[in-house]
Amino acid sequence: MSWLLAAPIIIPFATAVLAFLFRNGPEGRWISIIGSVGLLIASGMLMAQVLEDGVVAAQMGEWPAPFGITLVADLLSAVMVVITGITGLAVAIYAVADIEDRLERLGYHALFQVLLAGVCGAFLTGDLFNLYVWFEVMLIASFGLLVLGGRKSQLDGGIKYVTLNLVSTILFLSGIGLLYGMTGTLNMADLHGAVQEVDNPGLLVVVAVMFMIAFGVKAAVFPLFFWLPASYHTPSVAVSAIFAGLLTKVGVYALIRMFTLVFTTDVAFTHTILLWVAGFTMVTGVLGAAAMNDFRRILSFHIVSQIGYMILGLALFTPLAIVGAVFYLVHHIIVKANLFLVAGVARRIAGSTELSAIGGLYKSAPFLAFLFLIPAFSLAGFPPLSGFWAKYVLVQASLDAGAYLIAGVALVVGLLTIYSMTKIWGSAFWKPHPSGMQPKLSSLTARDRAALLIPIASLATLTCVIGLFPEPFVQFAERAAAQLLDPSDYIAAVLGAPADAAGGEGLAALEVTE
Amino acid sequence: MELLIAIMVGVLVAASVYLMLARNVLRFLFGLILISNAANLTIFVSGRLTPEAPPLIPEGADAPIGLVANALPQALVLTAIVIGFGLFAFALMLVYRGYQSLGTLMSDEMRLAEPKEDGR
Repeated sequence: MSWLLAAPIIIPFATAVLAFLFRNGPEGRWISIIGSVGLLIASGMLMAQVLEDGVVAAQMGEWPAPFGITLVADLLSAVMVVITGITGLAVAIYAVADIEDRLERLGYHALFQVLLAGVCGAFLTGDLFNLYVWFEVMLIASFGLLVLGGRKSQLDGGIKYVTLNLVSTILFLSGIGLLYGMTGTLNMADLHGAVQEVDNPGLLVVVAVMFMIAFGVKAAVFPLFFWLPASYHTPSVAVSAIFAGLLTKVGVYALIRMFTLVFTTDVAFTHTILLWVAGFTMVTGVLGAAAMNDFRRILSFHIVSQIGYMILGLALFTPLAIVGAVFYLVHHIIVKANLFLVAGVARRIAGSTELSAIGGLYKSAPFLAFLFLIPAFSLAGFPPLSGFWAKYVLVQASLDAGAYLIAGVALVVGLLTIYSMTKIWGSAFWKPHPSGMQPKLSSLTARDRAALLIPIASLATLTCVIGLFPEPFVQFAERAAAQLLDPSDYIAAVLGAPADAAGGEGLAALEVTE
Repeated sequence: MELLIAIMVGVLVAASVYLMLARNVLRFLFGLILISNAANLTIFVSGRLTPEAPPLIPEGADAPIGLVANALPQALVLTAIVIGFGLFAFALMLVYRGYQSLGTLMSDEMRLAEPKEDGR
């Protein structure tokens, strides 16, 4: 049981060590792929276990909760780990063709695997301080990946990314300190009960807002998102794709976890802030995207805009809205990573990601155009692709909750998303190439073509499958949302049945001594 | 004692915010060090300060006798210091590399990744 929970963390770490040892040869990239396959299998087994038994928890080092570190997987954690496995594998394959030998020798694959380990750890931990540690693991790996190669623009973007994320980390750490001071525990399941007994609810809301800001920076919500469009278009495409898919979503996951499990004492106040934030995030993100003229920079701003939808689901805090948020989270990771991968292929064959410098892809590379259209339409919310259902559920939830304004905003932002997608389509695919060249997929070697296109095609297929057969996915999201809104299963799995809670009395003396 | 440290945290945060508002990235980093120390002190103080009572368990007993200092925040602070040190070392190196290649420490002049759009 505990191995099942630890495997998604241990496998990438072990792979990272091996990949680092073999970084000078071509073995490194194959180790990375094999490790990612291992991660995907492990996450699948974890998912099967969670589907069968409900919430799974394990105490690391046999220290009973809430004193030891708990790893816990409910449906949301499990699905996030599975998605991490899928995206990780897709990008690991893509990296074979995308990452130059020079970057491989600098340890690209090792950093990539450490990043995956950090992301999985953040999804699986049940302890707040441990969550901080996983955030740091993830951050330091992402810092390395972002500036790997050391081009000027990378350093420029990297400085902004690093400094702003460090500020958010420190805010997170202070929040942890204050929360511990008030409740005497850092175990998330234990916190759920402990925050009800805090004598000063006003102070608790202040700490809640500190967490909101800290995770808000990670999730790139308005007005804290500026590091994202400043940096995401600078590193290698494979790095952009994994960042776009996973990193901000860890922030969203942490927000969802904390604001459904712990900070539910003053929903009227905290979740109203989130609702405003969601609205502004959607609008500013999409307007920023409309103003950009570079393939990857447009997509970067779209990440911000899409984060707004997920926060919207959390902010409405109704069962249907949480369903929408979970569904959106899963759909978005697949689609967004895929769009960045397409941008990378476009750069490879047409020479740039600057929209004014490329063109003609539809005529000479129609297959790539087709592969772009699927995730692009899905992102904009065209039926029958996955984005349509995600948006449909969220808009339905806002209408049910009587939040007509935000429902309208969500729909208008969807329209504007189509506008910027047509902008990419018109310049990169439709208009002829400015220098008259004919970008062809056949200009790539067979090996590169396979490594670049197989991940894109697989992720696109996945989007179509979710779109065409949404029923099981929505049902799954409903179960996940039910678990989030009623965390009694989660708490019982972590802390054990209430009867044996008395077992830890001897240790309780070590708790807050006043 | 708690009050004294709380005031110290306040002063540290004020100084660091002042430093972090500067356009010079190096100053920003110094502010970052100060504020991370303020965060560490916050954690330390949140476990309440119990002087002269080390959390030691006498031989033969299962739990410490009487009121002892809370050891958990100290462990957390140690972890946070180590992580913070690593991150800061990286950030310092990055800024140094940035200074070498970009030739500036002013955040306003770092426009390579987001160039100004002239004449549009």
